[in-house]
Amino acid sequence: MTATTAAPTESEDERLAKQATWKRIMRRPELGAMAGALLVLAFFLVAASGTGMFSPAGIMNFMEVSAQLGILATAAALLMIGGEFDLSIGSMIGLAGIIIAVPVVEYGWPLWSALLLAFACAMLVGWCNGYLVNRTGLPSFIVTLAFLFILRGLAIGGCRLLTGRTQIGGLQPHIAHDWLAPLFSGEVATGVFAWMAAHGWIATNFAGNPVVTGIPVSIVWWLGLTALATWVLLFTPYGNWIFAAGGDANAARNSGVPVRRVKISLFMFTALSATVFASLQVMDTGSADTIRGMLKELEAIIAVVIGGALLTGGYGSAVGAALGALIFGMVQMGIFYTGVNTDWFKVFLGAMLLIAVLFNNFVRKKMMEAR
Amino acid sequence: MSHSTPMIEMRQVSKHFGNVIALKEVSLHVHAGEVMCLLGDNGAGKSTLIKTLSGVHRPTRGEIRVAGQPVRFKSPAYALDSGIATVFQDLAMIPLMSITRNFFMGREPTTGAGPFKRVDWKRADRIAMAEMAKIGIDVRDPSQPVGTLSGGERQCVAIARAVYFGAKVLILDEPTSALGVKQASVVLRYIAKARQDGLAVIFITHNVHHAYPVADAFTLLKRGSSLGYFRKSEISREEVLDMMAGGAELESLDAELAEFQHSAASPAA
Repeated sequence: MTATTAAPTESEDERLAKQATWKRIMRRPELGAMAGALLVLAFFLVAASGTGMFSPAGIMNFMEVSAQLGILATAAALLMIGGEFDLSIGSMIGLAGIIIAVPVVEYGWPLWSALLLAFACAMLVGWCNGYLVNRTGLPSFIVTLAFLFILRGLAIGGCRLLTGRTQIGGLQPHIAHDWLAPLFSGEVATGVFAWMAAHGWIATNFAGNPVVTGIPVSIVWWLGLTALATWVLLFTPYGNWIFAAGGDANAARNSGVPVRRVKISLFMFTALSATVFASLQVMDTGSADTIRGMLKELEAIIAVVIGGALLTGGYGSAVGAALGALIFGMVQMGIFYTGVNTDWFKVFLGAMLLIAVLFNNFVRKKMMEAR
Repeated sequence: MSHSTPMIEMRQVSKHFGNVIALKEVSLHVHAGEVMCLLGDNGAGKSTLIKTLSGVHRPTRGEIRVAGQPVRFKSPAYALDSGIATVFQDLAMIPLMSITRNFFMGREPTTGAGPFKRVDWKRADRIAMAEMAKIGIDVRDPSQPVGTLSGGERQCVAIARAVYFGAKVLILDEPTSALGVKQASVVLRYIAKARQDGLAVIFITHNVHHAYPVADAFTLLKRGSSLGYFRKSEISREEVLDMMAGGAELESLDAELAEFQHSAASPAA
């Protein structure tokens, strides 16, 4: 009896420490998305082996799909953590594309001025969304749903009024030499890839050029925005205010957090991210179309939720959203590579969303259990 | 004591919401190092009164003075700046956020400069843990969500935060109402400590048994007006209870319950 009473105190302490570490890991929002990403990766490593999905070109392929969604998801994640949605980002993509393309092609504006105009309009749209949500107290679901239609209508109506069409092509010659163009088009680190090809590390084509010539600039945007958002959330006062505004706006206000300003700036950020998306797409394809970006708002929300954010706000992470976008890209391209009819992609996506939400609820309950 | 300037004072304050008179010419004063209990039944105007004191509402008539100076708060932030900290009933705590993030919400300590300016979470963690230790709550992990704390501990985080950020007047809205006996005593002990540290405390409650041990004075509210201001020496616990609306009713309920228990217990035995 006396021998056993002395020993447990030490082993008990040890067990407590272990549990604390475990709890700390469990508390990270991106845990589920990390597990999900690994699972999806493992699945396609087996199912799509030998198809070229994991060749350098294949990897760039699904990374680019992930990157485009990831740019939207990062901003959507911050907004969702801040307690709101933005359903208007898909329409903002279409509108921003038109605002960039029409002045350049129809009126001969220099590209940079059209880009500036698009970003200015995005900030205005974001501000309107945020102001109306704050002012009216309506759910952001309703306010931004209204803007989903308003912006789409503005894009189609405005484009047809000015040009008589709803699609604008032929941007390529206008954007080739603009000083702002490299920000949204082309690839980076091309030298590194040429060097790797010269050393035989990556495959080359018949002309001796590497099959992958560089990292698409969209991936750089994605990683950059994710890093920035993570820094903001974890290490700035503003990041703390985002969590607070989403966790309980009243409590935050009582503690002196400028909740209105935080929310308006987050709505502006989602509109800006949609414009970045549109800029990348317009430069990449050399055209704009009024119906671009449809359903992107929902895809972004899916990525964010798979990434571990709570729909009710106050909890989530940018890294999680990035992982959510990565899962999205891997599944979308992976289904194509495995030869399964791509019609099934959406079934898979919906199922993933359900599983993610159930898992998130489970994690939150665990978190709130007594120590 | 009564000759010095009160830390906070309300003079003939009225608050109307349209044609509803929520407060009618209420006066009260609290000195530094004193606990004033504000008692009243539901609907007596307690909430309106503290919201007026903390800058959420502006008085329709009358005057609020802090340390003798008349003040007019445009928002809760102004009240905070004048040293009036309010711990609201629905708490100003966010359950999903960590203790440290809650503690410093809206007032995060930063380090570095320019684009590298960041929140000094290490220092913040240390301060939060130290402040919690001061009130006798041992926080093992300041990054644990506030939601994992008990109700009493949560109240204490909220109060500790107010004290740390230099509150001179502490307004506590029903801090013990949702707590068990043990948890409530943790909070009451902390209230006594805040008084010792020279704060003026306004303690809102409808529980006389919680109020009586820590209070120096009482103000009773009924239907928006003050029934009077009493020093503790002037009034007994029973008198306080009686003056509150439910006093007599509770007594009869007591008798009724005793009878009920008596009749229920005898057949079982």
